[in-house]
Amino acid sequence: MAECHPVGFQWVMEAKARGAKIVHIDPRFTRTSALADLHVPLRAGTDIAFLGGIVHYVLSQEKYFREYVLNYTNAATILTQDYADTEDLDGVFAGLDTEHRVYDYRAWQYEGMEVQAASGERDLAYDDRPGDAGASVRQAARGEAHGSGGADVGTGTPRRDETLTHPRCVFQVLKHHFARYTPELVEQVCGVPADVFGRVCELLTENSGRDRTSALVYSVGWTQHTVGVQYVRTASILQTLLGNIGRPGGGILALRGHASIQGSTDIPTLFDLLPGYIPMPHAHSSEDLESFVQAESVRSGFWANMRAYTVSLLKAWWGEAATAETDFCFDYLPRLTGSHSTYETVLAQLAGDCKGYFLLGENPAVGSANGRMQRLAMANLDWLVVRDFSLIESATWWLDGPEIESGELRTEDIRTEVFFMPAAAHTEKSGSFTNTQRMLQWHHTAVEPAGDARSELWFTYHLGRKIREKLGRGPGSADEMNRPVLDLTWDYPTSGRTAEPDSEAVLAEINGWDADGKPLSAYTQLAGDGSTACGCWIYCGCYADGVNQAARRKPGREQSWVAPEWGWAWPANRRVLYNRASADPDGKPWSERKALIWWDQDTGSWTGHDIPDFVPDRAPSYRPPDDATGVDAISGIDPFIMQADGKAWLFAPAGLTDGPLPTHYEPQDSPFRNLLYGQQRNPVRQVTVFRNKHNRLQPSGDEPGSDVFPYVTTTYRLTEHHTAGGMSRFLPYLSELQPEFFCEVSPQLAAERGLEHLGWATIVSARAAIEARVLVTERIRPLTVQGRTLHQVGLPYHWGSNGCTTGDSANDLTALSLDPNVHIQEVKAFACDIRPGRRPRGPARLELVRQYQARAGITDQTGMGL
Amino acid sequence: MVPPAQFDSYYGKPVIKAPVWKSPQIPGYLFLGGLAGASSLIGAGAQVTGRPALARAAKAGAFGAGCVSVAALVHDLGRPARFLNMLRVFKVTSPLSVGSWLLSAYVPAAGAAAFSATTGRMPRIGAAATAGAALLGPGVAAYTAALISDTAVPAWHEGYPELPFVFAGSAATAAGGLGLLAAPADQSDPARYLAIFGIAAELAASSRLKRRIGMVAEPYRSGRGGAYLRAGQVLSVAGAAGSMLARRSRLAGAVSGATLLAASAATRWGIFHAGLDSAADPRYTIVPQRERLRERQREREHPQAQDRR
Amino acid sequence: MSDPEATASSGQAEQQPRLGFFTDTSVCIGCKACEVACKEWNHVPEDGLLLTGMSYDNSVGLGADTWRHVAFIEQRRPARTVLAENGPAGTGDGGEFRWLMSSDVCKHCTHAACLDVCPTGALFRTEFGTVVVQEDVCNGCGYCIPACPYGVIDQRKDDGRAWKCTMCYDRLGAGLEPACAKACPTESIQFGPLDELRERAAGRLADLHEAGVSDARLYGADPGDGVGGDGAFFLLLDEPEVYGLPPDPVVTTRDLPSIWRHAAAAAAMLAAGAAAAFAASGRRR
Ligand SMILES: Nc1nc2c(c(=O)[nH]1)N[C@H]1C(S)=C(S)[C@@H](COP(=O)(O)OP(=O)(O)OC[C@H]3O[C@@H](n4cnc5c(=O)[nH]c(N)nc54)[C@H](O)[C@@H]3O)O[C@H]1N2
Ligand SMILES: Nc1nc2c(c(=O)[nH]1)N[C@H]1C(S)=C(S)[C@@H](COP(=O)(O)OP(=O)(O)OC[C@H]3O[C@@H](n4cnc5c(=O)[nH]c(N)nc54)[C@H](O)[C@@H]3O)O[C@H]1N2
Ligand code: SF4
Ligand code: SF4
Ligand code: SF4
Ligand code: SF4
Ligand code: SF4
Ligand SMILES: [Mo]
Repeated sequence: MAECHPVGFQWVMEAKARGAKIVHIDPRFTRTSALADLHVPLRAGTDIAFLGGIVHYVLSQEKYFREYVLNYTNAATILTQDYADTEDLDGVFAGLDTEHRVYDYRAWQYEGMEVQAASGERDLAYDDRPGDAGASVRQAARGEAHGSGGADVGTGTPRRDETLTHPRCVFQVLKHHFARYTPELVEQVCGVPADVFGRVCELLTENSGRDRTSALVYSVGWTQHTVGVQYVRTASILQTLLGNIGRPGGGILALRGHASIQGSTDIPTLFDLLPGYIPMPHAHSSEDLESFVQAESVRSGFWANMRAYTVSLLKAWWGEAATAETDFCFDYLPRLTGSHSTYETVLAQLAGDCKGYFLLGENPAVGSANGRMQRLAMANLDWLVVRDFSLIESATWWLDGPEIESGELRTEDIRTEVFFMPAAAHTEKSGSFTNTQRMLQWHHTAVEPAGDARSELWFTYHLGRKIREKLGRGPGSADEMNRPVLDLTWDYPTSGRTAEPDSEAVLAEINGWDADGKPLSAYTQLAGDGSTACGCWIYCGCYADGVNQAARRKPGREQSWVAPEWGWAWPANRRVLYNRASADPDGKPWSERKALIWWDQDTGSWTGHDIPDFVPDRAPSYRPPDDATGVDAISGIDPFIMQADGKAWLFAPAGLTDGPLPTHYEPQDSPFRNLLYGQQRNPVRQVTVFRNKHNRLQPSGDEPGSDVFPYVTTTYRLTEHHTAGGMSRFLPYLSELQPEFFCEVSPQLAAERGLEHLGWATIVSARAAIEARVLVTERIRPLTVQGRTLHQVGLPYHWGSNGCTTGDSANDLTALSLDPNVHIQEVKAFACDIRPGRRPRGPARLELVRQYQARAGITDQTGMGL
Repeated sequence: MVPPAQFDSYYGKPVIKAPVWKSPQIPGYLFLGGLAGASSLIGAGAQVTGRPALARAAKAGAFGAGCVSVAALVHDLGRPARFLNMLRVFKVTSPLSVGSWLLSAYVPAAGAAAFSATTGRMPRIGAAATAGAALLGPGVAAYTAALISDTAVPAWHEGYPELPFVFAGSAATAAGGLGLLAAPADQSDPARYLAIFGIAAELAASSRLKRRIGMVAEPYRSGRGGAYLRAGQVLSVAGAAGSMLARRSRLAGAVSGATLLAASAATRWGIFHAGLDSAADPRYTIVPQRERLRERQREREHPQAQDRR
Repeated sequence: MSDPEATASSGQAEQQPRLGFFTDTSVCIGCKACEVACKEWNHVPEDGLLLTGMSYDNSVGLGADTWRHVAFIEQRRPARTVLAENGPAGTGDGGEFRWLMSSDVCKHCTHAACLDVCPTGALFRTEFGTVVVQEDVCNGCGYCIPACPYGVIDQRKDDGRAWKCTMCYDRLGAGLEPACAKACPTESIQFGPLDELRERAAGRLADLHEAGVSDARLYGADPGDGVGGDGAFFLLLDEPEVYGLPPDPVVTTRDLPSIWRHAAAAAAMLAAGAAAAFAASGRRR
């Protein structure tokens, strides 16, 4: 956190000054470790085992917050008899379709629920197709569609056992599932000595309960794995058991990446989502709005109003044209036919199916996994538009990329037309950033962009305007095909020399208005009849009263500690989600020290420091009648109002593509076998589609040849650089602070492999060989894993061939093998070899990789197994 | 044996910045300043005692050395045009300021003295200038020691009580050498005596210095500085011995004079480089300071043990 | 040399409280925001793309083109009660591992050697009690450079002049805090009236000692030290020299009166020697 979120880390330091204990769990000793009370190095890729070990400790030592767990989670809910655990099936869950490598979630249901409109991928049951078709929907990342709430669980009332003793109640299933995660196992898998692990367990549990809360903070060290989502699930289970959710000082804080990366999931740049986490419709034949809503919305909780959110979105986009008669232009929305993530797009480019590419603020030639494949794919395009500040590698690979050097590509043979357009920086345009607290903060133009640089808003608006002009003129202008574009509301006011569109007008549209054009103030006002328009339902209220709420900057000392008047947080300016959980079932704070909101009997409403995340006048005593739907189906003691059952899910009966509970699997390329089960890797990880000669995988564990890649590599960031380097390697002041690509190794590994401090090393995977200067440092410690010494190699991934400081790219080593829920690449843990000296030049570089592949016996089948 | 001093440092990087002064400019400046200042004394003495050739040579030498010394300084300034900035203020806390003023009074005086001596014109002004230059001369010869001592450079600063004597002695050696070199044998006695005096003073002062400042004196013994200083000593002794023969031989006078000049120059170069070396190695900054702190600590803890040393 | 407090010697009619820095290295995260902010604000040039291998420090030390410098020290020390939990715990081979970070800067000494020895008056004491080079006056004589007991000020190679931290003189004049302090996320760099800072530092030290961090110590906070106290002082977690700081710096001009006396004596000796030489030679025969 100190490395990548130094500004946010000030609050950690403040907490530390007030006595908080900081524990840092990271393979490397980093700037964060330097300031932490305890640093715990572990083998990269083993956090589920580590966290699972804590869950085991909490359950076996009875350290959980019983009252919280009983009332606010699904611990008491009883599962169907169909459910079988990894414990029973040697590492897989019930419902696995081994042929298509997908799970049928129906085996994970609550007992007594009618499994009606499906689960995680609610759309899945649309026509309940087996095999391929269903898999394509699943692969379309429906797991991602829960950014603001849970999946549906069907109809009916689940059976509960308030004693938590029923063998099929979630609590017992949980105990059973995590029983193997003993300190000894943690030591064997993670390389963390049992006493150190015990200390972490104590620190966390001692600081959780009625009077105290602990927060878990993570970022991409947890996510960039083939089981990334399940890492975070393990953390959720732990925090829920400890009662650390919905309470001040608790939670799981996902530190985000690029300045508004939260914003770009809320109003997504993702292929599978519409604004506000409404799923992108799938290409079912003749699906209309009603059946879409039927299939996707849930029966209870706030997601039950999905129709209102969707219709309001369609109104915002197609205005006048979106009427009940036109089905609110639902047909105008694009449709999915499977996964179209960035990595599938690369495959489509290689296959020649994708011919044009816009890169707005992205440098995949360096930043995306398997950089070689990224560049080779771009070389197969007809055209490429790059908008950036500098001539990044993604704009110049055809001239000076590594494949030109190796002779694989020749500039004169490449027929891709590359357009480079200078982009305006955030200081040169107005707009909002959404941070990890879901808080929008407005920034105003500080300086006008220089020269031809323009904002994305400018580019998109004027590109759209020109396309509309062209489509609207001449023959064929009346073609139905053009209607979705021509009917768009594309009318933002512009101003100034460059005719920059007014970004506040965009914010106002996102916020939405009623039939009279008056700004809305809350998403509860949204209607499904077309009388409201709203560009993103969760952002509704950010422009309440026609005021840019995101631009509020009242200093913290002039307001309460919750600071509601700094920026604006979705939903409805709540700062802590699910804050009903900060009070006990009766509505009283669990403790004075940790009071956030509470039930005020006199006024008959919820009140407190934060804005209650609950129906304002719903008494703790309210119990829904059996036929209640939507919000009314949430009882007075169900804080998790976006979940269909109002409960926090220790066990996720739906919503995840790879299992209702997290379980430890080894990374795609791992020098170790899975100690827990016969199942080595996540069986439904997304890998087979990436079978490609440029994406060879490695033997793992006991497989022959796995010893060719004996070390574990992890990639990461340095404070001094930014991601793929476009914003740091071109700046002298940052480049001089970390002037060369390096690898970090322990003194022991240096001795073992003859690596010299400041000398060169060549690092090899089945994909590529790269070179880096060597930093020998005690900050990297050898670990003892499964009885042998494991060395890890650290690689910052910021370098490429352009800029003030240049070097090989770590991502040339990494493979395409993704988490099945969110399609994130596994770049945080993979096996490699390291040897002293520089890498070979020209074609000899590829030859070295081929030799390694041969030595390890790598074929197109290697690593592809279930 | 005493174990080698243990000390921590930041990757062995120097604590202080070594002077950015360059060789030959700055050691040359030190040497020529000494040569000039002491030569002015010879010039005056020779004039008073009726040794015109010695006087001429000494005065001309003083002026020449003074000029070149200023030129060397100006050349070493990053921005030579800004020499005049030296005269913006007068600061006793800055030996360089004092020296600049001193030089700006001294060089014209030495110039007038030399002009009069070589041309025979304006004898009264020449006499006054000779007296003035002789008055300022010792200052010109000695202030450069103050100049380098007034820094954080360990070998220089620690040596401040002796360095002026080393410099004065070395100046006498140089001026004596110049006298021997340039004056006929029958006029060169004072030059010879002065040179011998200088060598004696220099050796006495520098051996005291090395004894007193302990490990900080290492750079005076080792490395480039040590080499120059050893050469200086050898040349001094040789020059002194040679000067004894100079009474009889003009050639011996010239050779021994040149040797003495070289001896003095070598001493200055040696001190210069010893300073740079002592600045570059953090040991010389840290160990004595650590020792000083320990000493203070001991004194605090056992006040009576103070005079044990 | 017994200067009055630094501000008094600035010769400014209006008495400002003396401003300074307290750099608390115990909360420094080594982000180098201070280094970059300083360069940005003061247009200090980039000075070389050199991988040093000195942990994450690639700017090596303070100099003409590095006015804030963050030191990185990887060390293994015998385990102590303090921070005993820090470092890859438990498996203590050779003791506890620490990674110290510290942002160094010009000390704006109460008795500033650089200022004392500057022959041109380019270095001066501002109304805030800080020490600043006037770039249009400096003639590049380089005298300040070896005079500084901390090795702070240095010559910029391509222009010959001496450069160092100005404590953002221009920003102070406009009522702003220095760029480095402004950028520091963890308040490792604290800026303000020196008196207040000294008080705050004493409090912080006491807190740390109470928390068992017995290594913590103040550096440059004592007005009785060899430079009369630093205008920019530090809380360190190890001996100063570990961070590249002199353990007992002394303003070189403290000895100047004695230096002058010795020089004068030497000059007199030279004059006397000359007189003796002539006396021994007598008048020319
Ligand atoms: N200075 C700077 N700040 C940044 C960025 C930058 O490039 N530079 N990038 C921004 C972006 S886009 C993002 S996404 C965030 C990312 O922020 P972080 O996630 O903090 O960044 P990383 O350095 O990629 O990874 C964090 C740590 O994960 C550790 N790690 C690797 N594998 C594992 C593992 O299996 N388990 C555990 N527990 N730890 C592991 C690494 O050693 C590393 O220290 O930072 C943002 N902030
Ligand atoms: N091995 C490995 N690979 C990784 C990761 C890892 O930890 N390890 N982390 C992953 C993560 S979390 C991320 S986020 C990605 C990042 O990967 P990329 O997003 O590909 O890399 P960036 O360098 O951040 O690219 C952003 C570009 O946008 C430009 N830019 C900035 N602002 C603007 C703007 O306003 N408009 C336009 N048009 N351009 C702008 C910048 O100059 C920069 O070149 O890398 C991923 N890849
Ligand atoms: S770069 Fe921006 S977002 Fe990142 S830590 Fe600094 S201030 Fe925060
Ligand atoms: S630290 Fe050095 S440069 Fe700074 S004021 Fe003191 S003597 Fe001058
Ligand atoms: S270099 Fe400049 S600032 Fe330093 S002493 Fe000389 S004139 Fe003064
Ligand atoms: S005070 Fe100003 S000049 Fe000095 S280091 Fe900080 S930013 Fe640089
Ligand atoms: S900005 Fe602050 S925390 Fe960052 S390196 Fe500088 S002093 Fe340390
Ligand atoms: Mo990211």
